[in-house]
Amino acid sequence: MKVRVKFRKNGAMRFIGHLDVMRYFQKAMIRADIPIAFSEGFSPHQIMSFANPLGIGVTSDGEYFDIELARPISSKKAVKQLNDAMVEGMEVVSFLQIAEEKKKTGMAIVAGADYLSSVTRGSFPENWKEQAEAFMEQDQILIVKKTKRSEKEVDIKPMIYRFEVREESLYLQVATGSVENLKPGLVMQAFANFLGVPEESTAFANHRLDLYADIGEEGERNLVTLESLGQVIEE
Amino acid sequence: MRKLALSDDILMTVEKPARYIGNEVNSVMKNPEETEIRFAFAFPEQYEIGMSHLGMKILYDMFNRRDDVWCERVFSPWVDLHKIMKEKNIPLFALESQDPISSFDFLGITIQFEMCYTNILQILDLGHIPMHALDRGMEDPFVIGGGPCTYNPEPLADFFDIFYIGEGETVYDELFDQYKEWKKSGKSRQEFLEAAAGIEGLYVPQFYDVSYNDDGTIAAFVPNNEHARPTIKKQVMTDVTNAVYPEKPVVPFIKAVQDRVVLEIQRGCIRGCRFCQAGMIYRPTRERGVDKLKEYARNMIKNTGYEEISLSSLSSSDYSQLEELVNFLIDEFKDQSVNISLPSLRIDSFSLDVMSKVQDVRKSSVTFAPEAGSQRMRNVINKGLTEEDILGGAGKAFDGGWTRVKLYFMLGLPTETEEDMKEIARLSDRVARRYYEIPKEERHGKCQIVASSSFFIPKPFTPLQWATMFTPEEYIRRAYIVKHEFLEQLNRKSLKYNWHEADVTMLEGTFARGDRRLCKTLEEAYHTGCLFDSWSDFYDHEKWMRAFEHTGADLDFYTTRPRSLDEKFPWDFIDIGVTKNFLKREWENAMDEKVTANCREKCSGCGAGTFGGGVCIESKS
Repeated sequence: MKVRVKFRKNGAMRFIGHLDVMRYFQKAMIRADIPIAFSEGFSPHQIMSFANPLGIGVTSDGEYFDIELARPISSKKAVKQLNDAMVEGMEVVSFLQIAEEKKKTGMAIVAGADYLSSVTRGSFPENWKEQAEAFMEQDQILIVKKTKRSEKEVDIKPMIYRFEVREESLYLQVATGSVENLKPGLVMQAFANFLGVPEESTAFANHRLDLYADIGEEGERNLVTLESLGQVIEE
Repeated sequence: MRKLALSDDILMTVEKPARYIGNEVNSVMKNPEETEIRFAFAFPEQYEIGMSHLGMKILYDMFNRRDDVWCERVFSPWVDLHKIMKEKNIPLFALESQDPISSFDFLGITIQFEMCYTNILQILDLGHIPMHALDRGMEDPFVIGGGPCTYNPEPLADFFDIFYIGEGETVYDELFDQYKEWKKSGKSRQEFLEAAAGIEGLYVPQFYDVSYNDDGTIAAFVPNNEHARPTIKKQVMTDVTNAVYPEKPVVPFIKAVQDRVVLEIQRGCIRGCRFCQAGMIYRPTRERGVDKLKEYARNMIKNTGYEEISLSSLSSSDYSQLEELVNFLIDEFKDQSVNISLPSLRIDSFSLDVMSKVQDVRKSSVTFAPEAGSQRMRNVINKGLTEEDILGGAGKAFDGGWTRVKLYFMLGLPTETEEDMKEIARLSDRVARRYYEIPKEERHGKCQIVASSSFFIPKPFTPLQWATMFTPEEYIRRAYIVKHEFLEQLNRKSLKYNWHEADVTMLEGTFARGDRRLCKTLEEAYHTGCLFDSWSDFYDHEKWMRAFEHTGADLDFYTTRPRSLDEKFPWDFIDIGVTKNFLKREWENAMDEKVTANCREKCSGCGAGTFGGGVCIESKS
């Protein structure tokens, strides 16, 4: 049976990197007595795969990984047992059965993520809320992407699905996953540039709200949360 | 939600911020308002190393069982954070509460190896705690040291209020109770130290005066305070089976060096190798009951979620219930894919059988520690491993499918001749020859024999504590003799030889047998930038040499100088049970190349029997 686990990562846990979060959950499975399945072979390992990694420093209410169960366990029981084994800042939200076909599971289906971002160091000019709209009305949003070998200019506008003011924060929904991937920090940096705020003087807190799969057809985008693709396992 | 001591900006800049945020599984949170004693327990090394240490886990667990104590962890901030904390004047904090350690009641520092001494000063410095015990006031914590290096605490004497000599399980409760009483009484700092000095096993260095002879050796070491004892008796937990054990150890987020459940199966070692400090200071050898260990193993896997369990002891093969324990572990965890690792095992049919069950033969290697190449030299150091054992064990391993063998040696041992050195290469070759005796069609390609040598460092409370060291040039010369001999061997293409650095060896040897006059040198070295000296990337030999020069300390005095049998050593005031007479006898046996039986074969009357426990009473009960 395939299961999708959704969890939150907040507080000090934002400084725990992706690989360490994986190791953390491998141990949590044992502490929480989750009947997870192991791979075959001389050194068996838990069958577990994580969705899009979250950058260090970013908090989240919508993180996911999929596991394979050796025996069934109810969603309610599993969530309780896992939360009893969590540390402060980590919380399991749901534990849901998902379809067996590879195409719909795995983490290849991740297509988008949304974030709330706010300024934690430095400040934006007073009219930043009005400027947010103007920012998205540009034909192109060009940023310089630095790789080890080269620097190149990229238009990130097609990867920004939504960019809206929410009280003192910005809400953004961006392309995420193996096909296209945009980090929220880059968008905020581009917006700061647009406002004429020097790059070094600002820092942002980014909080991921959820991860989405695209179930739209014929090029039409239709984003649904990864959680919505699962079903409760009853007692 | 806890507030972190470091800002986001800093945590986002430094390497591995997880080292500084605490919050790990099983870390202990308490209400500071409800705890009378705040204890900061420091391991003066990188987080990943400190988090691997069993002693710290034991005491963390034991202290936190008391409702009136909150014990928290502290590690050396890595070099990147060190710089930031110095620049911004950020005080060093404990991981759990994130509170500055200067506000704690105690700062306990475990001292595991000599090359962490500058890191100790870093902790005091970043902790905003006066470096010298004599400069501390009522607001400052009491700084207490423990661990193997406190068997000669003198090179650190100026920086500590108290040293705890021996195993931590015995008198901390008494110290905490005394502390609570003192805190209420409004008495002076000195009066608490006097109370501490009254507890067996606790040493307050400022209560002793040392005078020196013209040749620089110690003339007298005498108490200057009526509460101070002339000798300090090592603390021993006689009944280890019923001692506390950390069944819910803290599980780090990042990978520690030893990232697994650790089961301490016994303390001490019956073997009596003459170079080995652990083999002497942890006498008598005491086993933990196998039923308790089984229970711990089950509980600890469940409490941590680790997928690996490792046995810990100086010589696992000497544990009398080993077979029962190992079979239990294999059986118990076979469905949970828990790996079992068995270090310090004698290579024989039993251990090879076990190893083939718990690890992948093709990927693993078998390890021998002959320590010396020739039988003559092994007799000098009383290493009871014969060439027959090594070749026989290696042969069985080869027959079982292993192709990789590691061999550990020491160079620079007392009485060592060129022949002894060359035997390291020849013995390695004979191991390889044993492999090529197997018919070609049954072999798995070539074998790989990796020999490494470290330079021998005489340690206090060992029979070889009288030995002279050599200059770094001489060490390197010896390593080259071995290296050249390796090139002469028939199977040289299957052999590999590595040796350790010589400069650090000399420094470690200096502090191992040093005295309190070295405190100045150490302080000078820290202030000129020496830190993380056990990391070859950071060890700065020139800075150290300048520190010796500026403080007028003579390296040769501590290293290459011959010591007479009646010399008064800086550590002679400590009573470890094992007597100086026994050590002298063993030194003479070493010079005569005479082997001494192990504790189970025959008691050699070392003196540890005074503790009335472990192997000393085995045959009597």
